Amino acid sequence: MTDEGSILTAADLAGNGVHGDDPDRHGKFGIFGGRYVPEALIPALDEVASVYEKAKSDEQFLREFDHLLRTYAGRPTTLTDVPRFSEQAGGARIILKREDLTHTGAHKINNVIGQALLTKRLGKKRVIAETGAGQHGVATATAAALLGLECVIYMGAVDCERQALNVARMKLLGATVVPVHNGSRTLKDAINEAFRDWVTNVDTTHYLFGTVAGPHPFPEIVRDFARIIGVEARRQMLELTGRLPDAVCAAVGGGSNAIGIFHAFIEDRDVQLHGYEAAGHGLDSGEHALTLTAGSVGVLHGSRTYVLQDDEGQTIESHSISAGLDYPGVGPEHAWLKDTGRATYHGVTDDEAMAAFSLMARTEGIIPAIESSHALAGALRLGRELGPEATILVNLSGRGDKDMGTAMKYFNL
Amino acid sequence: MTTLQTVFAKAKADNRAALVGYLPAGFPSKDGAIAAAAALVEAGCDVIEIGLPYSDPLMDGPTIQDAVHRSLTNGTRIADVMRTVEGVAATGAATLVMTYWNPIDRYGAERFARDLANAGGVGTITPDLTPEESGPWREASAAAGIDTVFLVAPSSTEERIQAVADCCTGFVYAASLMGVTGARESVNVAAEGLVKRTRAHTDLPVCVGLGVGTGAQAAEVAGYADGVIVGSAFIRRMLDAPDEAAGRASIAELAREMAQGVRSRG
Repeated sequence: MTDEGSILTAADLAGNGVHGDDPDRHGKFGIFGGRYVPEALIPALDEVASVYEKAKSDEQFLREFDHLLRTYAGRPTTLTDVPRFSEQAGGARIILKREDLTHTGAHKINNVIGQALLTKRLGKKRVIAETGAGQHGVATATAAALLGLECVIYMGAVDCERQALNVARMKLLGATVVPVHNGSRTLKDAINEAFRDWVTNVDTTHYLFGTVAGPHPFPEIVRDFARIIGVEARRQMLELTGRLPDAVCAAVGGGSNAIGIFHAFIEDRDVQLHGYEAAGHGLDSGEHALTLTAGSVGVLHGSRTYVLQDDEGQTIESHSISAGLDYPGVGPEHAWLKDTGRATYHGVTDDEAMAAFSLMARTEGIIPAIESSHALAGALRLGRELGPEATILVNLSGRGDKDMGTAMKYFNL
Repeated sequence: MTTLQTVFAKAKADNRAALVGYLPAGFPSKDGAIAAAAALVEAGCDVIEIGLPYSDPLMDGPTIQDAVHRSLTNGTRIADVMRTVEGVAATGAATLVMTYWNPIDRYGAERFARDLANAGGVGTITPDLTPEESGPWREASAAAGIDTVFLVAPSSTEERIQAVADCCTGFVYAASLMGVTGARESVNVAAEGLVKRTRAHTDLPVCVGLGVGTGAQAAEVAGYADGVIVGSAFIRRMLDAPDEAAGRASIAELAREMAQGVRSRG
């Protein structure tokens, strides 16, 4: 999507292979990715892959996607300079990519619109999705309402409680919300339950996967639909500052907002890419979601990637104050970017994230999602390292309205 | 040690299907699992699948999830799984491990295959390991002399059935329905068609699992398959029993009914 009136190109969507880092036909990013799923799902995954393969270079599909992004999601989103916030970052210039200003309030809408359009092409009438913070669930329920699809959202019982407002939003949008009481009762268990639904109802149902994890082709499809964030931001940075940023920062749970903003910069070797995971109560507390920084290579939810697991491969429950980052796995492309050294991943504790959350609200009048606040905290740190000449682009992936309950408790408001 | 080949040859000679029972290790307790499996063998199960409890069993329905959760809460480790296999193999039944891939991956494929063979296990069933990703495991299993069983499903294309069957030794596991584990009112009609399609691609025995819960269903499935796999129906009875001994008696009763079923091909 370039100037007003023009349409999203196939290259905007998928990079048209120009990055040379697309997964191979088995969905492998190096040793990561692939498919570790019941055989029953293979035909459905093949179908999704082949329908997407045709769609991504189909003019009509691109037009529809572009139209909805523009007229419904509110794209392009703006960049915002945050000088008062930047004062705390050693004077480095921090610029936000405002995904919080999209319809439904987070970057999730981009992927959801793309996949909802795919669902129609698949000839399916029902979508299911998992959700952690509820943002993907709300976005999915929204797109389902828009396109007339039946919608069922799986959400961990713990998350239903801490994101009660989003549960209400989903219901209002006509979705059925199923609280998941198994295991840790958070995002990973919601994903298990969604897979169980999918294998049972695959003839009628598309699993509208919400992040760049899962079996091939989800990591590629979700990335491509989120890629617009970085494509826009790169162009806008050149317009605003006359050059590329020194660094791009994003929060990483499953990794969709981070891949979304990173991907358009991968070939720009001078641009540092920094991902910030939830360090929860700190690495040593054992209560964190430091999948890339402290996890090990394994298989979770259908793909090979970094995982929080014990010495026998049992998943370790993650912890974060932010439901959207509370996930013991991560997208395989991030695992690949980490191992190749192209991106660097760090931890941000609950306390650091909440401090950045509060600082952003007080200095700039923007209440960010707690997920995004991890990236903001990271940018404060990075700014002090890089110095006052540096320009740092941060993906403000969502707004914080949904987090008021958590904030009230945390700050005693 | 009884091999899968021996079991299926013998069942064929008797003009019946083999009966395969599934129980997770560590449920209802570490020793209780061995005793329960022994009761199944005594009652007529030819093959026992010992489930390796995993934190994220995305192919399992609520019954097995519940049992697996209890097993993990009991602190079941892979060493316990191996001990369970050893105890069950000692009864003379061919004993397999059914497991999601990640625990093997983490433990080390060669080490797992070797330890399983040493415990008297004859192979594994790996429901989330696709042919594309199965190379290392098939190599390790072949080196340790154990069988590899993979699943085909009603949705599988002919190409996929061929690819899966080519990776199997021992038998092919045909999932009777599109769904998760758990007893159903009736065995899906898709099962018979799937078995037929699978036979066109392999000479290996084809066993049917998912949804089998009664002797009558076992008889029906035995009419077209080489083996009948029962899991959730046993576990349901154990979960509902007041104590381990009652649970054992209850699953033995069901296993006898099933054993009769596989001998009276419907």
